[in-house]
Amino acid sequence: MTAQLESPAAPTTGEPERIRAAHPILSLLLNRAGWGVFSVLVVSVIVYASTLVLPGDAAQAILGQQATPERLEVLREQLGLDQSAWAGFVHWFTGIFRGDFGTSLSTRQPVTELLGPKLLNSAALVLVAAVVSTALGVALGALTASRRDGVLDHVLGIVALVASAMPEYIVGVFVVLFLAVDLHAFPAISVLAPGQHIWDEPSKMVLPVLTLTIVVVPYILRMCRGSVIEALDSDYAEVARLKGVGGRRLLYRHALPNALAPTVQVIGLSLIYLAGGIVLVETVFQFPGLGLALVDAITARDVPVIQALVLLLSTCYVVLNILADVAVLLVTPRRRLPR
Amino acid sequence: MSTLGAVAPATTGLRVSGLTVVGKSRRTPIVEDVAFELRPGQVLGMVGESGSGKSTVAVALLGLARRGLQIAAGEVRIDERDVLALPPGQLREARGSLISYVPQDPGAGLNPGHRVGWQLREALTVHRGVLPAGQSVDDRVLEVLAEVGLPADPELLGRYPHQLSGGQQQRVAIAMAFAARPRVIVLDEPTTGLDVTTQRRVLDTVRELTARHQVMSVYISHDLAVVAQIADRVAVMYAGRLAEIGPAAQLFADPRHPYTAGLIAAAPSAVRATTLEGIEGRPPRPGAWPAGCGFADRCHRVQPDCRATLPELVTVGAGQEARCFHPVERGTFKIADRPAAPQVPDRGTVLEVRNLVAHYGAREVLHEVDIDLRAGRCTAVVGESGSGKTTLARCLVGLHDRWHGSVTFEDVAIGPRPKDRSTELRRQIQYVFQNPYASLNPRMSVGQNIEEPLRHFTRLDRRARRDRVESVLSEVALSTAYADRMPDQLSGGERQRVAVGRALTVEPEVLVCDEITSALDVSVQALLVEQLRRLQHERGLSLLFITHNLAVVRSLAQDVVVLEGGRVVEHGPVETVLSDPSHSYTQKLLADLPDLGRTEAVAS
Amino acid sequence: MTTEAVDAGRRGNRRERGAIRRALRGALRSWRGRIGLVMALAVLALAFLGPLVAPHAATDFVALPSSPRGPGYPLGSDGLGQDVLSRVLLGGRKLLLLAVLSTGLALVLGTLIGVTAAYRRGWAETALMRGVDVLLAFPQLVFVLLVVSVLGTPTWLLVLTVAIAQAPQIARVVHAGAQDICERDFVQAVALWGVPPRQVIARHVLPSLSTPLAVEAGLRLGFSIVIISGLNFLGFGVQPGTPSWGVMINENRLGMASNPWGVVAPALVLAILAIGTNLFTDAFARAAFGEDRADDTVIGSGMGATP
Repeated sequence: MTAQLESPAAPTTGEPERIRAAHPILSLLLNRAGWGVFSVLVVSVIVYASTLVLPGDAAQAILGQQATPERLEVLREQLGLDQSAWAGFVHWFTGIFRGDFGTSLSTRQPVTELLGPKLLNSAALVLVAAVVSTALGVALGALTASRRDGVLDHVLGIVALVASAMPEYIVGVFVVLFLAVDLHAFPAISVLAPGQHIWDEPSKMVLPVLTLTIVVVPYILRMCRGSVIEALDSDYAEVARLKGVGGRRLLYRHALPNALAPTVQVIGLSLIYLAGGIVLVETVFQFPGLGLALVDAITARDVPVIQALVLLLSTCYVVLNILADVAVLLVTPRRRLPR
Repeated sequence: MSTLGAVAPATTGLRVSGLTVVGKSRRTPIVEDVAFELRPGQVLGMVGESGSGKSTVAVALLGLARRGLQIAAGEVRIDERDVLALPPGQLREARGSLISYVPQDPGAGLNPGHRVGWQLREALTVHRGVLPAGQSVDDRVLEVLAEVGLPADPELLGRYPHQLSGGQQQRVAIAMAFAARPRVIVLDEPTTGLDVTTQRRVLDTVRELTARHQVMSVYISHDLAVVAQIADRVAVMYAGRLAEIGPAAQLFADPRHPYTAGLIAAAPSAVRATTLEGIEGRPPRPGAWPAGCGFADRCHRVQPDCRATLPELVTVGAGQEARCFHPVERGTFKIADRPAAPQVPDRGTVLEVRNLVAHYGAREVLHEVDIDLRAGRCTAVVGESGSGKTTLARCLVGLHDRWHGSVTFEDVAIGPRPKDRSTELRRQIQYVFQNPYASLNPRMSVGQNIEEPLRHFTRLDRRARRDRVESVLSEVALSTAYADRMPDQLSGGERQRVAVGRALTVEPEVLVCDEITSALDVSVQALLVEQLRRLQHERGLSLLFITHNLAVVRSLAQDVVVLEGGRVVEHGPVETVLSDPSHSYTQKLLADLPDLGRTEAVAS
Repeated sequence: MTTEAVDAGRRGNRRERGAIRRALRGALRSWRGRIGLVMALAVLALAFLGPLVAPHAATDFVALPSSPRGPGYPLGSDGLGQDVLSRVLLGGRKLLLLAVLSTGLALVLGTLIGVTAAYRRGWAETALMRGVDVLLAFPQLVFVLLVVSVLGTPTWLLVLTVAIAQAPQIARVVHAGAQDICERDFVQAVALWGVPPRQVIARHVLPSLSTPLAVEAGLRLGFSIVIISGLNFLGFGVQPGTPSWGVMINENRLGMASNPWGVVAPALVLAILAIGTNLFTDAFARAAFGEDRADDTVIGSGMGATP
């Protein structure tokens, strides 16, 4: 045998490998987290600055014509308008770390107390919707990919296209129309008694979850189908076929693992979308969560609540983005491990 | 190399007959009536240019048709078992255990999501009964690893494909194909993209394993020289059909089909400077096959009957068959030596490079490189991948600015970036890119593309520009009708000629060509090389020709610079360096380079 | 390079003069494209011709609140006894105008940012794209709501806000596309001659981006419609009493049991418009890039973009 060994690409010991293997994830995490913190900071500056931009005096604008001088004074103090803009911002911003977002102008409750239960409700809603959509989307995606150009594939393709085009509040309205008004199967609105959590009355969660699922599943389905097909059409799948691998093994062991990364990415994006999408859907169902709270607060010009909510939703956005990136990296050996 | 092996009993062997693959929807033939026989221990080399259908044949031998295609007819009999007639379950069982496959690009052929060991083991575990009693899967994996020259090291098995070098990946792919001890192995261009040294090792491995295990190998390639080195028999594919088939040495020494003769005449040789004769035109596309011979439109021996009916394969010599009515007469094939370059008066050095040091990130990729490009001559810069040859070209033209040292053009120092250079300097040095499919603006016509530099460098009016475009087109041997075509209507060779023409419009002194023939088929490469030589002689153009292909250097260049790892290891006149290399690296490159000329010499 | 790789290159490079026209023709040959165009045009005609044929003024009292259909009011009346049909016919024009304007503005902004970043490289690229990332940290609808809540809803501000909400996504798409184009040899070749950057971008980079930009325009128009009508649904961006599909859906939900048409009619119109736009864009993308890449484009934009 004249053939000789090429010099190995990496040192041959196992231990340093593992340390370096963690490295790309760590550096990505640090990098993303750094920019995430920066983004949230900028967002909070914008959010705070926006109160200063209110035409005229913010307190006056909020309370309107019938404001008494005393109430104006109290409000100015609350908003930090009696201080310089910078001092006001610092006061507000440091307050956040003490869990103090200020006091709601309309209900006079501390913002944290007001939003706490709503946060839990929204989280439950998003979580359930995400789990249901992921399971459904991935299963349907893999199924349609393995029966490419079949009847089911075509039908689901059209349904997905139509569903993904529909604005979510219209989906919500139709869902209410068919399942609540016509069939009386589920409650049309999800209003809760004070002190109740949404999981105390799961039936009230059905329609909002269904709506979010209808909106999100098409994306996961199409992405999962697309990446499974790409994997099945790839050179390595052909080589596997020519090696004698076929049927399910080809789909589950060769195609799916490689289709995971783009699918995980789109699942991450769906979660991120859900963090913003709840505003409209919660309004449709009067679901007692953050989205509805935001709409109410804006209607009532309840500045401290608006500030807190925008910051909260943006932070969720940023954190979910980072998690999605890391998850993609975890399922892609080519990007995770050094050459 | 063994010639026709010992006579085996009639029942063992590979017999392919009438293999036909068609498009699914319109039943357009893609591959038609491919037939050949092979004995245990033999290698069949299947040669063809892009689009000839050789890859389609490769997978069809394993009963697979790619998406949109369908195997319409034919038999692939291995020891009397017809693979194509097997029911799906048995076909799957046969793949990998009876007949296996090595892909062209092992980087894409190995699953990026699984460790190498997992994939090797799978080749054994998906089949039942491929291992003799007492041998475990792991034992066999280690055994085949050793056979292909990889260390039997668990650490290697634990790596993902992207953590291996290109050569290692290909070895793994070959190990996978040999693992279950199949009777037939189909290798689809397994060394394309590998350096000559690695290619040499892979070829040796394949040949050795073929002999040791008495398997039958079908080796598919576009490279005649590679096939000449490994094959016992050679089949030449053209436009989906076999043009010629015969014993390797005989076929290369005495090709009878005009296409085979053309291919051989177009292939450059590193041991002998020949005139490269290209083949004008391009093969007919599937669906547009003529009624007669597919090669008729490009053939200079064409007669009326060639266009009327399709020739059958006829015996033209011992074991040699050609699909031609008017084959080349026996024993008349000759390759012309390259005409001596006309003596040009020495006008001195036009481009002088001294102590060029270039960086990529923190890494130094060129170390104190010195090069002289003499006026009116062609200097070739040769090196394998990673030698820094492309970086060198990019430094000179201004695409890579992280370098220091001195580069002077006619005694004027050149700055690193385009904006550090005068307009005149930017005009004098023109660059032709490697990839003909990316170097022209796809949204502009050929004429507009060629006009672009004129708009910038000259104040010619529309008419004058148009005239220049037409004269440039004729210089690169394209008709003026090409001016109105869009780039995607052109073949790769035509595009590359347009790119050369575009560079010539502004009448530069120096043309830097970066691997401009590497994406082209040999017949097209030959045309381009001959054109460059003419331009050099007729216009006094100075050429800096970057390439990995030593053979092309022999046919085109006067001077050569050999780069290894960013250093110049040898330079001098082409004849001296290639005939009598002094540096061990150059010697090794030449030794590893497969060469038709050498085979021919051995055969005669 | 291998011959097979060259074939792949040839397929990948399939762009040329008239690519948009060709893709349009391809879209119109497919059933998706045809149905989509018919749906979108129908709603467009309804919105723009509707005011000419509306049987009643928007605020005319035609029947008892939330009456089901009857003579003179074929879709019944809303909660204030106004004619649902007339309000549907009157309630779309402004939405469509605003959506087109803000999409156009978003395309201009996004393209400028994306192309500049890709061609300039270095710190300019970092600064621009990081700015884009920060804007992307706001959920789109939340961003629009924040601005609207603070600054009110003059029309120009609404257009600008929706444009700013959409521009970062466009900038991202354009940036990725332009990066690819700028690295292509034909752009490098022109740069080597010393052609000034602005000219390189205008003559060589932007034309190559026209097809992806056209797809992006279609997708963004759909999202602009969704955002603006969603805003209306939440009760922002319209004067009280003015007919608007989004507002109608919200207001008429209370009378849904007695006259579902009050909700169904505007919801259907909006749904048809959104589905039509999406179908046509999808057909266009398929004709331009082929099925698989079209899917990626549409999904990528879709997920990043919906509010």
